[in-house]
Formats: sequence, structure tokens, C-alpha cells
Amino acid sequence: MKGFNFHSVKNVKEAKKLASGKSAFLAGGMTTIPAMKLRLASYSDIIDIKNIKDLSGIKVSSKSLKIGATTKHAEVAASKEVKKAISSLAHLADGIGDPQVRNRGTIGGSIANNDPAADYPAACLALNAIIHTSDRKIVSDKFFKGMFETALKKGELIQAVEFQVPDKSCYVKFPNPASRYAIVGVYVAKYKKEVNVAVTGVESAVFRCKKIESALKSNFSSSAIDGVKISSSGFNSDIHASSDYRAHLIKVLAKKAVAGCK
Amino acid sequence: MQKVSLEINGKKVSREIEDHTLLSTLLRDILSLTGTHIGCDTSQCGACVVHVDGKSVKSCTLFAADIHGSKVTTIEGLANNGKMHPMQEAFKKLHGLQCGFCTPGMVMSAVDLLKNNKKPSDQEIRDWLEGNICRCTGYQNIVAAVKEAASKM
Repeated sequence: MKGFNFHSVKNVKEAKKLASGKSAFLAGGMTTIPAMKLRLASYSDIIDIKNIKDLSGIKVSSKSLKIGATTKHAEVAASKEVKKAISSLAHLADGIGDPQVRNRGTIGGSIANNDPAADYPAACLALNAIIHTSDRKIVSDKFFKGMFETALKKGELIQAVEFQVPDKSCYVKFPNPASRYAIVGVYVAKYKKEVNVAVTGVESAVFRCKKIESALKSNFSSSAIDGVKISSSGFNSDIHASSDYRAHLIKVLAKKAVAGCK
Repeated sequence: MQKVSLEINGKKVSREIEDHTLLSTLLRDILSLTGTHIGCDTSQCGACVVHVDGKSVKSCTLFAADIHGSKVTTIEGLANNGKMHPMQEAFKKLHGLQCGFCTPGMVMSAVDLLKNNKKPSDQEIRDWLEGNICRCTGYQNIVAAVKEAASKM
């Protein structure tokens, strides 16, 4: 790995001041550090944000669940508040990577990285999340731009992710047996007036499957998905799964998610 | 350079290190605590698992500077006055290792499991050890050893 200057900061102002085109914010480092070790990424400055107090923690209201950017996956998975408000989100956090990754990795890091097969981006899209940053609030539909790309500008720091509490929801993924990343993951969330179906692992970035959404809007049941046709055009295809197989899995997992909604 | 102070296996340690020094590098190359192994070096195999402030983490994916002021326990810190930890005893008794390369990580990870789950089921043990790979594929005896240790702790 190439050398860099390590900075530990105490507040957002300090973090922003140090940020440049050649810096990276470090929370859990579960993606940043492997990428640096493989020399896929190198930075002149690493800005450690985990000691910024306000960035960690879970707040629940009747309509929303707000999770601080440096809150670890293990904390979300074990949180009684999260389990009560959106149990599918706690379940999702419990299925990320392995226990050691969950002890370090953070929600802010996961969505800032926007890995095409990451779990949290699917939760953001399905649960109408608002991304609170140091500069503004961004709705999820405008946040995830493409492979490893987000709407974040240089030096813009995610502070919290605010999820809208659904009537019921469920996340089901077909994990890669080695990494536990989603080969395909489908997050279904039902609200009073809408149904959101977010799919991860399939394209260059997470997306909402409008066809399944409209099928479920009129009839919220697994069987409503049977007639939906999913084209595999543009889907990821690799040694783990062909694009056709991924297209097939979307429907299988969406049906499971609808059946598992609570 | 960064000055990093840690408490490692109960002893206070301070070193001037390069900013990009990984915890695994500090332990093995600088402090000669070679019980912590490097297998894949890409945070998948779990041979490098140690405890930082009581929680199991992969030391190959952690900057030492990032945990300044923390308490670290490595495999060398488990034995007490020359007596093996019950987890180590159980791995020995039930042949929970073949080549032994993954064992330090397996043991450290399993000790963390039992902190929060005193009587884990086979499935819970297997789920927890998801991040620890044994290429001898000796998982049956590893799971048996963790259960044995749970009954003794």
C-alpha cells in the first residue's frame, strides 16, 4: 500500500477542512483498506471520522429511523430499536460480510462506497431513505449514481441515513457463499400508498424494479409476481451467476420477500 | 509517522510507526507477536483475528493508528500463567486443527462468540465462523471444539 498521512478528527468542520481531491474519509475501512492494499485506490490523506461523536447512534420516531453514519453493522443488527421499527433492516445488517466485518464496517461507509452488490443501498431505495450529509439532504433515488458512484461531492461527508418506517418489509438475498455479498438481493417495503422493490447485485448499481412494484401495488402477494417478465439485458454476468440466472433470481427472491414481509 | 500507544495482552506498548502500518504488521513485524497469522491479507480468511477493546476484528484490515489507546488481545494473550485458555484446550483435545494455520483466528473468533452466546448451537457456531476459513476443511472438529469449550467456560 502507498503511504499517506493519517488524521483523526473530532468534528465535521475539521474533517471538511482536511478533505481534498486526494483524501478519503475512513470509518470502518472494510472496503477502503482492502482497495488501498490492492492498489485499486491510493490517497495522500486518510481522515478518520469515527471519533466524531454526533455521527454514531440510532434515533427512532414514529415515522422514521435515523442511523448515524459511523454506526457499525453489528450495532444495527443488535439494536432493539431497529428490530422494533424495521426488523428487516436489522436482519440485513446481520447478514453483511462476517462478524469481524460487522464489528468495524459502517452504514455510511457502505453507502458512500456504493458497491454494486452491497446490501445497504437496497435498504435505502426500498425504505425511502434520506441521506443527511455535511452540506444537504439527498433522497436515495438521486444518491446512487452508478458503479461505486454517488451524488456525494468532494469533501462532502455523510452524517446520517434516515429511513421511512414501512407498514411491512423484508430483505432476501442470495449471498455469494464466500464473501456474503449479494449475488442478488431484493428488498420489498410496503407503505400505505406505495410498494418499493429495490434490487442489488444485478446491475452496475442498485435499482428499483418498477415492473414488480406495479404488479404488487394492485395485488400485494407472491403470486402477483408470477406474470412479470424480467429481461436480463444489461445485467451482470460473471463466474458466480449468468445474467439470465440473476433475472430468474430477482423474481424468486421478490416472491420470498413478499411472503416474508412483516 | 504516528505515535501509537496500545495495551497489548495487558502490557502497555508505545511505538513510532508509519501512518499506513496495519495492526497485523505492528503485531508481527514490529512486536514479534507472530501467533497472529496472515493468510489472505484481503480480510477474507480470518487467520489474523484479534480482539480490540473486547471485539473480534481482522488485524490485517485495520490501521494501528486508527485504534490508538485501545486494548488488544492476541492469541498469545489467552493463556493464563502457562495454562491454556479453555478454547485452546478444547481445540487440542478434539483435534480442532490440522495444519494449524487458521487456528489462532478460529480461537480468537470463537472466544468472542462465547462472550455473547454462552451456549451456541452448531448452526450459530458455523454462522459466527463465517469469516474464518480452514483450508484443511476441518470444520467438524472445530465446531465440536467450540461446543466443548462452551461447556467448560
